[in-house]
Amino acid sequence: MAIYLTEESRVLVQGMTGAEGMRHTRRMLAAGTDVVGGVNPRKAGRTVTLDERAVPVFGSVREGIERTGADVTVVFVPPAFAKAAVLEAADAGIGLAVVITEGIPVHDTVAFTAYARSRGTRIIGPNCPGLISPGRSNAGIIPPDITRPGPVGLVSKSGTLTYQLMHELRDTGFSTCVGIGGDPVAGTSHIDCLAAFQDDPDTELIVLIGEIGGDAEERAAAYIRDHVTKPVVAYVAGFTAPEGRTMGHAGAIVSGSSGTARAKKQALEAAGVRVGATPTRAARHVLAVLGGTAHDGALA
Amino acid sequence: MDLYEHQARELFAKHGILVPRAEVTASPERAREIARALGGRAVVKAQVKTGGRGKAGGVRLAADPAAAGEAARRILGSDIKGHRVDTVMLAEPVDIEREFYVSYVLDRAAGRFLAVACAEGGTEIEEVAAERPEAVARVPVDPATGVTTATAVRIADAAGLPPQTVDTLVRLWRVLVREDALLVEVNPLVRTADGRTMALDGKVTLDDNALFRQTGWGDERAASADPLEARAAAKGLHYVRLDGEVGVVGNGAGLVMSTLDVVAGCGARPANFLDIGGGASARVMADGLSIVLSDPAVKSVLVNVFGGITACDAVADGIVWALEEIRPTKPIVVRLDGNNAARGRAVLDAHAHPLVEQATTMDGAARRAARLATAA
Repeated sequence: MAIYLTEESRVLVQGMTGAEGMRHTRRMLAAGTDVVGGVNPRKAGRTVTLDERAVPVFGSVREGIERTGADVTVVFVPPAFAKAAVLEAADAGIGLAVVITEGIPVHDTVAFTAYARSRGTRIIGPNCPGLISPGRSNAGIIPPDITRPGPVGLVSKSGTLTYQLMHELRDTGFSTCVGIGGDPVAGTSHIDCLAAFQDDPDTELIVLIGEIGGDAEERAAAYIRDHVTKPVVAYVAGFTAPEGRTMGHAGAIVSGSSGTARAKKQALEAAGVRVGATPTRAARHVLAVLGGTAHDGALA
Repeated sequence: MDLYEHQARELFAKHGILVPRAEVTASPERAREIARALGGRAVVKAQVKTGGRGKAGGVRLAADPAAAGEAARRILGSDIKGHRVDTVMLAEPVDIEREFYVSYVLDRAAGRFLAVACAEGGTEIEEVAAERPEAVARVPVDPATGVTTATAVRIADAAGLPPQTVDTLVRLWRVLVREDALLVEVNPLVRTADGRTMALDGKVTLDDNALFRQTGWGDERAASADPLEARAAAKGLHYVRLDGEVGVVGNGAGLVMSTLDVVAGCGARPANFLDIGGGASARVMADGLSIVLSDPAVKSVLVNVFGGITACDAVADGIVWALEEIRPTKPIVVRLDGNNAARGRAVLDAHAHPLVEQATTMDGAARRAARLATAA
């Protein structure tokens, strides 16, 4: 089954004709994603040939949906235009908008996530690597070739930590990996993914990756305690981050005593979640639950 | 980016919120002149980006220009909670009848802003919030409508603020939206003895992501005082200097934060956070490594890259460039995995630099770099 993204998903790419959009659309196609078209009003009616596949360019998301039955859009447009792109997609009634763009002003994100909610559009991101259901579909920039289908569902604020865990658990495999992004405001939360994984028959175990800033992990811990019966393994980054400094991600900041990694780890452990001290140890917890051996388990 | 009080004051004034007359200086002599221009008496306030300034001796009331100069001389150069005071603001004293607290803060979980208001403002607001949370009103703001007069009336009613504050609440929302702020706080907002509503002190945090459309920010974006941080910022790198001895370079905020933690778990301290970002070129890698290696506190460097979009061979090329450009004397431990990792490892093997060693796992690489730093 997987969550949010399956082999049935028909994917549009907003910003496909830009350099990044082109590169990643090529990778998505190679991973088996059903990319049904790009959106660019200035290049409507043309086709773009990517590795011998002709991909049509539509003038609007609405036209793309009408012509192809698309239900997912991946947004690569630059920060200044991202809000308009997402509002257009929500207006057109798309089910899922995956916003890869980094550097969108928070006021814009607040506006388009609220609007999308009112229109029934799920937003993943912004400032995220997207999501992958290995062997089925890939919407975003997660490398498809480092893992395979399997029983682990993963939700993470961090792209590269997602890749690290996918790599360590490559023989176990994943149902879906969702990168929800590192901005202060995100369209999809850890909790949304936990709920979806809990209901997904393909997912046997959930990996949650968090980092400093905000209280999303504490909220997730409370949700796990009350609603999640599947085993959950977590990893939290940022124990050594100084107070008041933004650590790469716009949302990764400890403010006063709030948003610390320690508080998040404690909240998760209190909810019965196994928290790994390093990504490798988190991977070993997963294998201990599922049975198997880790790749990077043999420490140098 | 947090602003200084005097910068926040300017933004409030720009949007029509009443503020006291004031001026900033770094010189005690000038402070005396400013006090004279303000009418003799002045409040001398340290400009530092931290709270609790008054209790730390950073705010003094001066009865005449000479006293203002003396207060400025004492405050300038002093240390307030680890922040050195480079400038002071002199403001006209105001006869306060009542003090309130108002702010708009981002509610990350709800994905919208929240009005926070309290009829008891001033330096004790945190105690009030902790002991009597019911005294602090929290009103969510609908992003579609923002704070209209009707919303502001609701906020004022919820907190028990007088109707005269409604206009300020509306204008403060304009500061938040039009200046692309993530936080605006006025504390205290006061009712003066002569019946005016005035913002006596404030805090504003701007959204760095909005720089592209906020052309007026040049002055506020003061370059970091740390020379290495300034150099990294000029190269467009996310770099934060810490106080340890293991330099860290990696890709992706989460992986770099994690690498710092793993180094700390091995008994060493990370010297910095440096994220070369996604899809980094050899040039970006070389620049990043050069900055980390030029930190005199660094005793060893750990390069931890998991290539998703980033190609590990480009990273390896960048390491080789940096080695040739700056001829380092410190050991470098490199862990490459993911996209083009085999090619990247081969580049480093072929270069066979005596100070560079490769590790196959993240934990193993961190242990080795920690050992090299603590043995040095």
